[in-house]
Amino acid sequence: MAAQKSDLPQGTLDLLILKAVAVEPVHGYAIAQRLEQVSGGVVQVPEGSLYPALHRLENRGFLAADWKKTETGREAKFYKLTRKGRKQLDAEAASWQRLIEGVGLILGIAERGAQ
Amino acid sequence: MNWWSRLWRRNHMEEQLEKELRFHLDQHASDLIARGRSAEQAQREARIALGGPEQVKQYCREARGTRWAEELLQDTRYALRSFRRKPGFAASTVLISALGIGATTVMFTLINSVLLRPLPFSQPARLVVLHGFLEHLGEFWGFSYPDFKDIRQESRSLVVAGWTYTGGTISAPGEPEYVDGRQISADLFPALGISPLYGRAFRSEEDRPGAAPVAMISYDLWQRRFAGDRAALGRKLIFDGKNCVVIGIAPPGFQLSGEADVFTPLGQSTDLRMQNRSAAFVNVVARLAAGVTPNQAQEEVSLIHRRLAREYPKSDAGVRMLVRPFMQDLVKDVRGTLWLLLSAVGLVLFIACVNIASLFLIRAVSRERELAMRVALGAGRGRLVRQCMTESAVLGLCGGVLGIFAAAVSLHPFVALWPGSLPRVNEIRIDWRVLCFAIGMSLLCGLLFGLAPALRVPVHRLEQALRGGRTVTAGSRHLHSPFVISEIALAVVLLVSAGMLGHTLLALSSLNPGLDPRNVLTARFALSPNAMANPAQIRSAWQEVLDRARKVPDVQFVALADIVPMREGENVLNYRTTSNPLPPGQEPFALASSVTPDYLKVMGIPLHQGRFFDQQDREGSEAVVVVDENLAQHAFGRKDVVGKRLWIQAMGAPARIIGVVGHVRHWGLAGDDQSRVHDQMYYPFAQVPVPLLHFFSSIMSITIRTRTPPLNVAEVLQRALRGASGDQALYEIRDMEQLIGASLARQRFLSFLFGIFAGIALLLACIGVYGVLAYLTRQRTSEIGVRMALGASAHDVMWLVLRQSLKMIAVGVGLGMIAALAAGRFLRHLVEGMGPINAATFAMMILLLVLAALLASFVPALRASLIDPVKALRQE
Repeated sequence: MAAQKSDLPQGTLDLLILKAVAVEPVHGYAIAQRLEQVSGGVVQVPEGSLYPALHRLENRGFLAADWKKTETGREAKFYKLTRKGRKQLDAEAASWQRLIEGVGLILGIAERGAQ
Repeated sequence: MNWWSRLWRRNHMEEQLEKELRFHLDQHASDLIARGRSAEQAQREARIALGGPEQVKQYCREARGTRWAEELLQDTRYALRSFRRKPGFAASTVLISALGIGATTVMFTLINSVLLRPLPFSQPARLVVLHGFLEHLGEFWGFSYPDFKDIRQESRSLVVAGWTYTGGTISAPGEPEYVDGRQISADLFPALGISPLYGRAFRSEEDRPGAAPVAMISYDLWQRRFAGDRAALGRKLIFDGKNCVVIGIAPPGFQLSGEADVFTPLGQSTDLRMQNRSAAFVNVVARLAAGVTPNQAQEEVSLIHRRLAREYPKSDAGVRMLVRPFMQDLVKDVRGTLWLLLSAVGLVLFIACVNIASLFLIRAVSRERELAMRVALGAGRGRLVRQCMTESAVLGLCGGVLGIFAAAVSLHPFVALWPGSLPRVNEIRIDWRVLCFAIGMSLLCGLLFGLAPALRVPVHRLEQALRGGRTVTAGSRHLHSPFVISEIALAVVLLVSAGMLGHTLLALSSLNPGLDPRNVLTARFALSPNAMANPAQIRSAWQEVLDRARKVPDVQFVALADIVPMREGENVLNYRTTSNPLPPGQEPFALASSVTPDYLKVMGIPLHQGRFFDQQDREGSEAVVVVDENLAQHAFGRKDVVGKRLWIQAMGAPARIIGVVGHVRHWGLAGDDQSRVHDQMYYPFAQVPVPLLHFFSSIMSITIRTRTPPLNVAEVLQRALRGASGDQALYEIRDMEQLIGASLARQRFLSFLFGIFAGIALLLACIGVYGVLAYLTRQRTSEIGVRMALGASAHDVMWLVLRQSLKMIAVGVGLGMIAALAAGRFLRHLVEGMGPINAATFAMMILLLVLAALLASFVPALRASLIDPVKALRQE
């Protein structure tokens, strides 16, 4: 059975991008690939909004960009996380965690109540 | 990368964006190919996955945060391109707004420099002046020296300083020259918070009688006489016969109610009035002590004064002492005029804006198709509104920059035209505040005239606009009329004001000054200090001056006078008709003039009764006075008062009235009716009491009736009167007609400026009426064609157009009349001698405007009537 795809909740794209960039500098296409692979195809990343989001994060100083050669020898724009970006990632990840726990708690209570 | 570099390197950014997206697509495609898609299929899928490249790019550009600035640049370029297409339109807009903004900038520069900018003293807001106040005289500036000293000593809330006018001849080093001077107390410089450019200010031990004579000189005099050499300090300066040591140079531009060249310590003055508590001649300036409010200072001053009034009731009772802000006192004469002119210029600017706005509107309507096309191609409404505003703002800014240049060029010529002296004139310049004002004004104007077209950006019924249907124009008639109406209304205000001022000027010029001003020369005269050793010598020196002057060719009569009509200077004395003293402040008062016997003949003042003075009225003979008809009527209720007696406090013995003469408009043609002093009297110079003779000799003027134009004899006279030591000089040489003319200078100046403003307003209003009607008529061409085809005559068509303009003119004039009545009140309040609105002037000005507006609408009407119905209908 094909995995059901869900739309990305508002505001989470930035968090996902920051996470995807956190390990090493990567270029835009690789970010798209990684997001798709890691989420197992569950999350649909609209490629059209990926680049505006990257540019926005770059302008806000969360990402820094450099032109570098890829393994195939072409020049690509590689993004990496700045110190400010890492703080932002930690903060957003923490708040996302709290949200999940909160929502999960409510759902859990509701289930128990229904039983 | 910061905002600026993102903006400036946007081409580079675009390239990188393109490269980045291309890389993405290629990479995706090659991955897909690796998974077995055909090259074509792979590229297609990659593109679908990314979405429309232009849209993605646009979102990325927006993420950059520089979009609005880029669009602004784009709009500006577009605006400049469209102006190049219609240079006539752009040029006329820029010129009209440059005119308005230039004129407004000049006026604002004056207001900024004179009224708004702080004075060049430290903490100028803490400076105050003390004024005296008498119920019947109003506020006046003078204090007696003893009162001044008491206040200075007793006040804790004020640092008090004083100064008086003086003047004298500098006889060495260099050529003898009469200069204005000021006697200042030692605390003046510290109180103002300034220090001399070089040297030092006076010490308090120098500010007392008998101290060694010292002087400070002005920067100008230092440059003129000492070529700016620092060695001037310590040099001798013979001023007014005294051998002074120069100890300081005043800072450049330092003024105390006008420029002066020599400053001496007030305390050293040998003026007899120094001991007299009734002689109010000291200007008092003070600085509020730390933490003291003006109200507290006022309370303290009142307290001190109450004590003085108890102790010296004769001189001080009935007077009140007031603490006034220094700045307010300095500019009180010009404040109203400046604001008046700024409002007038503002009206002109506003009319100019309205005019340009209506031009823009006409253009916008004819551009409706272009705008509709752009909306159809996907331009947002906001974007188009912004584009319209950008166009007009660019024009406004161009006009503003041109206007600032015009203002910079015309500022000083305009200041030179200013009637009388403008305070702080040497501080007038264009500074950053003026620049901000001018740029702000021009942007505001630009937005104002772009607003109406911007609001007309089409959004609905696009296809109609695109097809060029004529339905849209039906609404534009209503849209245009407010512009025309407001232009006409504002023009009415300016025309009526100008008319009122002109009428006032005419009425005032035709007033009888009370003397015959033709061929009369007046000049102040400084007797040689050597000639003033004792009273007998002074009298004979004056007699010699009179005799010598009489011998100059073409001189008919010569007389001395302490005050000259229509010129600055006054001497007001109290008088009584009985020997019983009246309570202080209740006595009537009159302008008193000390003259020699030929004065009446020189001035051509009519003698109504009795006789004027002759050689027999001298020291020791019976004290005599001559009064004017007003005093006779006021004091005795009748005209024949010869033989009656007047008790004049300042003169001691009662004086017998020996003649009645006509009233002279001493305070100027305009000012005399407003003056508080209506009565006049004359007394013989020969009877001036001996103790006062020295003082009087320093203020006497010489008046001469000539047979030829009076200024011609000035030079010969100057040579004839040099005196034995060659240091006597005539100065402030004027002929009487000049003085009379100068007494109306303010009215003439305002009439002149308002005349120009009104002319511009009239012209702009007519252009507005013409432009709008011409446009509306063109829009109605086919309608008119139909009307004519159905049988309307040329006459009917003309009437059709004229009726439209008449409606606008009528509403405009109606509104304008209401505003003009309000403006008239404002003017009456500000301009001396201004009567209530004169119905004839009012009607004439309105008629002028209506005729001009009708003339402007006649051309389009005529053109409409000449429309060939066949051609007009074929156009449809």
